[in-house]
Amino acid sequence: MEFHTNLFIFSGLALFMIIAALFAVISSKIMRAATLLLFVLFGTAGLYFMLHYTFLGAVQITVYAGGIVVLFIFAILLIGKGSIDITHTSKLRYLAGLLTAMVGMVTTIYLIHITPFDAYHFMSADVPMKSLGLAIMGTNRYNYILPFEVMSILLLACTVGAILIARKK
Amino acid sequence: MIIPAQYFLILSAVLFFIGVFGFFTRRNLVSLLISTELMLNAVDINFAVFNAYCHPQLLEGYIFAIFGIGIAAAETAVAIAIIINVYRNIHSIHIKRLRDLKH
Amino acid sequence: MEFTILILALPLLSFLVLALAGKQMPHKVAGAAGTASLAAVALLSYTTAALYFGAGRGADGTFATLVPYNISWLPLGSLSIDMGILLDPISVMMLIVISTVSLMVHIYSLGYMKGEKGFQRYYAFLSLFTFSMLGLVVATNIFQMYIFWELVGVSSYLLIGFYYTKPAAIAASKKAFIVTRFADLFFLIGILIYGYYTGTFAFTPTEAALAGAATLLPLALGLMFVGGAGKSAMFPLHIWLPDAMEGPTPVSALIHAATMVVAGVYLVARMFPLFITYAPDVLHIVAYVGAFTALYAAVVACVQTDIKRVLAFSTISQIAFMMVALGVCTSADPHTGGLGYMASMFHLFTHAMFKGLLFLGAGAIIHAVHSNEKIHMGGLRRYMPITHITFLIACLAIAGIPPFSGFFSKDEILVACYHFSKPMGLFMSIVAALTAFYMFRLYYLIFWGKSYYEEQQALYNAGKCSKAPHKPHEAPATMTVPLIILAAISCVAGFIPFGHFISSNGTEYSIHINKAVATTSIVFALVSIFIATIMYKNGYSRLTRGINRNMRGLMSAAYNRFYIDDVWIFVTKKIIFNCISRPIAWFDKKIIDGSLDKLASGTQKLATFIRPVQSGNVQSYSVWFLGGAIIIILVLIYFA
Repeated sequence: MEFHTNLFIFSGLALFMIIAALFAVISSKIMRAATLLLFVLFGTAGLYFMLHYTFLGAVQITVYAGGIVVLFIFAILLIGKGSIDITHTSKLRYLAGLLTAMVGMVTTIYLIHITPFDAYHFMSADVPMKSLGLAIMGTNRYNYILPFEVMSILLLACTVGAILIARKK
Repeated sequence: MIIPAQYFLILSAVLFFIGVFGFFTRRNLVSLLISTELMLNAVDINFAVFNAYCHPQLLEGYIFAIFGIGIAAAETAVAIAIIINVYRNIHSIHIKRLRDLKH
Repeated sequence: MEFTILILALPLLSFLVLALAGKQMPHKVAGAAGTASLAAVALLSYTTAALYFGAGRGADGTFATLVPYNISWLPLGSLSIDMGILLDPISVMMLIVISTVSLMVHIYSLGYMKGEKGFQRYYAFLSLFTFSMLGLVVATNIFQMYIFWELVGVSSYLLIGFYYTKPAAIAASKKAFIVTRFADLFFLIGILIYGYYTGTFAFTPTEAALAGAATLLPLALGLMFVGGAGKSAMFPLHIWLPDAMEGPTPVSALIHAATMVVAGVYLVARMFPLFITYAPDVLHIVAYVGAFTALYAAVVACVQTDIKRVLAFSTISQIAFMMVALGVCTSADPHTGGLGYMASMFHLFTHAMFKGLLFLGAGAIIHAVHSNEKIHMGGLRRYMPITHITFLIACLAIAGIPPFSGFFSKDEILVACYHFSKPMGLFMSIVAALTAFYMFRLYYLIFWGKSYYEEQQALYNAGKCSKAPHKPHEAPATMTVPLIILAAISCVAGFIPFGHFISSNGTEYSIHINKAVATTSIVFALVSIFIATIMYKNGYSRLTRGINRNMRGLMSAAYNRFYIDDVWIFVTKKIIFNCISRPIAWFDKKIIDGSLDKLASGTQKLATFIRPVQSGNVQSYSVWFLGGAIIIILVLIYFA
């Protein structure tokens, strides 16, 4: 049996992410949950690297891992004691949530399974930064200046909104 | 070896439904937000994977993954601002205590 | 003749202005606005008449039928409902009648309604009424006529119920509306049958269209006559008219003397060419119904004590005369049996003038003594000389004394009746004599005899009565001027060569007095007046009281209008309400309402049951949402 480096790395990553995610949602300490989330996000970055999307992976690490998780941690520290313990919901609700999630997951996996992806071939080539920049800033077809601008307005609005909401009266 | 696209998709589906499960069961606003982040992250993976496997010559999924990350960041910033505000007002972020907006 | 559109537009405009902005206007401005627009309409109508009749006859000896305006308002497949203006001799004649009487009423109301609450509303309704009545007479087709016919009904409802704080007025307006609507139902059915089988709503369809509908035409025309009978208060649908006297008196003059009540006559006259060719039997039914109504109303009028009711019954009787005149026609040629058509229109014209005068005079009297009852009158000739003279002229006119207008028109009707059959002629002569009798009874009781005011004054002076009576006074000029104008018209209208303008087939016809008939009717009328003079000149004489005592049964039956109203009440309340309405009401309440109630309460129960689902908890919402989405996907997978 041939040893496949790629598959090995993927399996490791997948296992790591799934376990981290699982513990993130059942851990009773929020700080721990946030840390586990950070692991999942790192794992995701690893997936992007495997797809040769290095820029995306870098963004994932800087924005998600570097920005969002730091935000989380700040929030948790600010909230302090109120956040330590997580009381779970009632048993019935817990089971209902579990059942729905399981059924949904099985359905989705089934759908992925029956869909043929063989027609498509993975082309392992990194996207050069130049073409990426042109695609984001270009105004032609398959260029994305408009979403980019919308994003910037959204970010601006969020900044203003976050300041407004969080400031002391 | 080239890893089949299905593997990635199954992984992202699992991550997504772990997020869903967390969203259903957790009772703390920050935990809910963490679950949401898991789901968004799974979606981003899907964007990237579909782009890489189905239309490698185009950049749609790639760029929308970037946008998704941006939106997630924005959303988190606002959500955390709200959470802090809530905490300031009622000294709890437990979901059971949040009843004022219900009626 | 395009300006004729203004005849309709002006009253409509003044209605809209008065109805929308009337509340902000002072009374004087509102009254002046309404009257001015009506004056303009009257002038336009006279111009129209002058131009129309001045244009002379066409090659076939008739006046041309003009249609200055016609738009296709509602095309329904092969049928089409048009709106327009039709000018022919009778519609032009009606324009003159309506605008004249309406103008007089407008002027008169300035005095009569002075200071009344809702003065502007009153003028708005008058304008609406005039508009709809004018629209009715110039209708180019039967459906337009029907639309305006209903508008007339509505506006008369509004006017009768003008004093809406008075229960009697409300009841009367409802009664008028319901009874006429009931009759209109038949009218509508008639129109639909007519339209369906001839394929047109026009008054004069082509011969081919008529041939296809020949068998059903009598039915359609008969149903239309029922509608006309409702508006024109023919027996047994007359019951609304006496009650309608609850409205303001000028309204009675306008609606219940000159215009609305003759709409039925006008309708029959409008359809006359079809009646005479295709349904002469129906026409004769019209005659018999009319003859009976004439007698009935005349008898009832003899014993009423409310002066407006006397006039109301007299109107019913006179309208019946016109119906009879139309009904006795046996051919379209005025020289051989078609005289009635001309006579009817002539009588319509003269009657509108003198009956309008009578009502307006009665209004002046009521204005002076503040009562409708004869007992509060008597001896008024000294206090109200102008009203007295004009009223007397009107009485002479309606009684058929030459040279007043009523004589000429009534004489033509009687000639037509004698031409139809001798009994019919004799019968109508007797009714005409009765007319003279009850009119002079009314006249004497109002203007002669002991004065109620003087008696009361004497009692007051003797200290037997605590309140000083109100002294009757002559009406103001705004009220007397219309009286004088109408009296003048009533004096001379008889000499109009009416046959030159209107006759059954449009050709020229010269009125000539039939000496035998005229002599008989004059003698009858004079004898009646003489009897009335003996009986009522000095109040109720001993002879009168004796007659009253001996004929108490008949008197009270007549006073109660021969219990026709009670029959209607019995039929509607006891039979229709109990046997038809109750079960329907039960069905409605228990089955239809009940099932809907059950539906509502079921929904409510279900709502209480599923209410916990709406917990306000985002998490449970998301569980439901995702669960639902998954179920839908599973279903799709399963069936795909």
